[in-house]
Amino acid sequence: MTNVATKSVRRPTGRRTGVSTPGAWSALAFIAPATIGLVALYLWPFLSTLVKSFEDVPAFGDATFVGVDNYTTLLADADFWKALRNSALYTVIVLLGIPVAVVLAALIEQVGRGRAVYRVLFFLPVVTLPVAIGMVWRFIYNGDFGLLNYVLSWFGVDGQFWVADPRFTIFAFGAVGIWMGLGINLIILGAGLQAIPKALYEASGLDGAGRVRQFFHITLPLLSPSIFFVTILSVIAALQMFDLIFIMLRSVNNTALTDSKTIVYLFYEKAFVQFHQGYGAAIAIVLLIVIMIATALQFRLQKSWVFYG
Amino acid sequence: MKRTWVAVTAIVAAATLLTACSGGSGEGSNEKVTLTYANWSEDQTPAMQQIATEFEKANPNITVKIQTLPWTEYWSTLQVGAAGGTAPDAFWMLGDHFREYAKGGQLLDLSDTVKSAGIDMSVYPKAVTDSYTYEGKSFALPKDFDTNGIWYNKALFDAAGVKYPDDTWDWQDVQDAAKKLTDPAKGVWGIAAPIDAQGGFYNTILQAGGNIVNPDGTASDFGSPAGVAGLKFWTDLQAAGSSPTLKQLSDTEAVSMFENQKVAMYFSGAYWALRFHKNPDLKGKIDVAPLPQGVKRATVTSGIGNAGYAGSKHPEELKKFLAFLGGTRAAEIQAATGTVLPAYKGTQQPWLDSMPEYHLQVFIDAIDYSVPLPVQGNASEWQGLAPQFLTDAWDGKKPVEQAAKEYQDAVDQVLTKK
Repeated sequence: MTNVATKSVRRPTGRRTGVSTPGAWSALAFIAPATIGLVALYLWPFLSTLVKSFEDVPAFGDATFVGVDNYTTLLADADFWKALRNSALYTVIVLLGIPVAVVLAALIEQVGRGRAVYRVLFFLPVVTLPVAIGMVWRFIYNGDFGLLNYVLSWFGVDGQFWVADPRFTIFAFGAVGIWMGLGINLIILGAGLQAIPKALYEASGLDGAGRVRQFFHITLPLLSPSIFFVTILSVIAALQMFDLIFIMLRSVNNTALTDSKTIVYLFYEKAFVQFHQGYGAAIAIVLLIVIMIATALQFRLQKSWVFYG
Repeated sequence: MKRTWVAVTAIVAAATLLTACSGGSGEGSNEKVTLTYANWSEDQTPAMQQIATEFEKANPNITVKIQTLPWTEYWSTLQVGAAGGTAPDAFWMLGDHFREYAKGGQLLDLSDTVKSAGIDMSVYPKAVTDSYTYEGKSFALPKDFDTNGIWYNKALFDAAGVKYPDDTWDWQDVQDAAKKLTDPAKGVWGIAAPIDAQGGFYNTILQAGGNIVNPDGTASDFGSPAGVAGLKFWTDLQAAGSSPTLKQLSDTEAVSMFENQKVAMYFSGAYWALRFHKNPDLKGKIDVAPLPQGVKRATVTSGIGNAGYAGSKHPEELKKFLAFLGGTRAAEIQAATGTVLPAYKGTQQPWLDSMPEYHLQVFIDAIDYSVPLPVQGNASEWQGLAPQFLTDAWDGKKPVEQAAKEYQDAVDQVLTKK
């Protein structure tokens, strides 16, 4: 103990170069795997994307610097604005799933034994391959033989071509997005619920508060930090949506694709189908900025509704 | 402590160098070499494996590893691999992607190999070899080719009392038969009329006497009278209700509609033959006939080419393998397994014999009037525009002439870029 204490006292008086003692070298060695991974897999790709967004990059061969051309073209590209609108709409729909997740999490918390069973059931979509999810939902949404239209027909509701009619595609994806995100959200919210002291419920119960009142006056405020966290994650994931549209529309020559592209899909199409990598990089950078703004906005807004005890 | 780390780093660096050296010293010697060969077809992988095994037998120092990627990932994986130096040594190529790869210097020039190995390029359909030639050099040897025909369901024709299609059919015969075969009560349609370029409107535009893209590649022909006529062939079928709607065909692909016996006719290529042949529900029920005549006979044709990666570490072995892939033995294996219609002239008989229940000869006869699939300019960009501009015409919401004109303008804009 004393040894450690003397060391920590001595350190500030040493030379300012951080990596001077043997201990620091081994510390660097310990963080090296993570740091190298971070630099190679995140920082480097990000920087090269940033550089490419100012270049005209052919499929192969040398890039030429074009300044902000890619960005000015992008802002004048009707496809880009349509994709941005589609992504925004999808994100809003996915956010509607959060109240559902909160209520479900509270209900699951009420279940005594068998709670784990519900958790597993809701978590299954998270660990299922998006390809499989896309294929199953394509079948459910099929206009002619789909399960959804079959169920609707019991209630005398006319079926629609949910994923072949551009008026409905984003909503159809949104429903799947909510379902896919539920598992993760329930885990985070469930953990948040367990951190709420049981004594609060007992005390309020003695004062005559019912279940509903407890939910709104105890559960919701104390869970708000978890809800905020879930909201941040959901928005980022929703703005990056790609796999559903790829599997449900592109891989089957679905003509609704034209009007249903999301930002990331547009990026894929420009960079990998049409070989305009510089333009694709500009889309990626703009998406990053959009996500940053959306996240900053949420942090600004949280002050009015998130309750940190 | 510091010194130890330097020493460790030095040892690691030295080891890396040593392995790098031993990897590079294989040129020309009989050292063991492994080549990778990528494709996108699970169906064809067994035949590719068989070809690789035969090649390995003749070249004991070379091992060939077959890599099958899903179609949805194939091109992005290949592009990233080629740019990053990790592409497979040999891989399947398609005409509409070829130019970008050839122009970018990613493909192994096979012109010398063709000469030294004595490969006679005239054994392949000219339309296919042309699509793999860039600035006078060959960059891929044709693997297979496909032309189009009318796949039709005999059982549905019998049920409706309609005569089977044959080589006398013209456009009107198709329209009439499709109408008669349609039975909404049973959920059966005469034909599938999706927005399909290769199996659909490219053929009818050519049959109407038009081009798809003009020979110098500067403009398309969709807005011309022939272009409009070729598109109308399909919108008329939609308007008459003889086909499932575009939305239905988006939910359930045309080929699945045909396999589910919901449509009686399906214009498409030879490449479906094996899949149909293996489908027990279709046994004895389907056959194939030539495409109908418009002003003239025509079909587009394309084919897969076997190409090599310019950045391969073993170019000599790779050339040897590609020459083998372009030869008779590889063609015969593909033909005998019924995999595809091999490009090598005279090797197609085993393919015909492998599925004797179909009149597959129509696909070979069609070579005589076939036209290469257009691949000018940034082909994957302008070919992707079709649904955006043609959907309204197919749905009857916009006059065909207007949609065709707008489509042409958009395509021409891509063609004239750069």
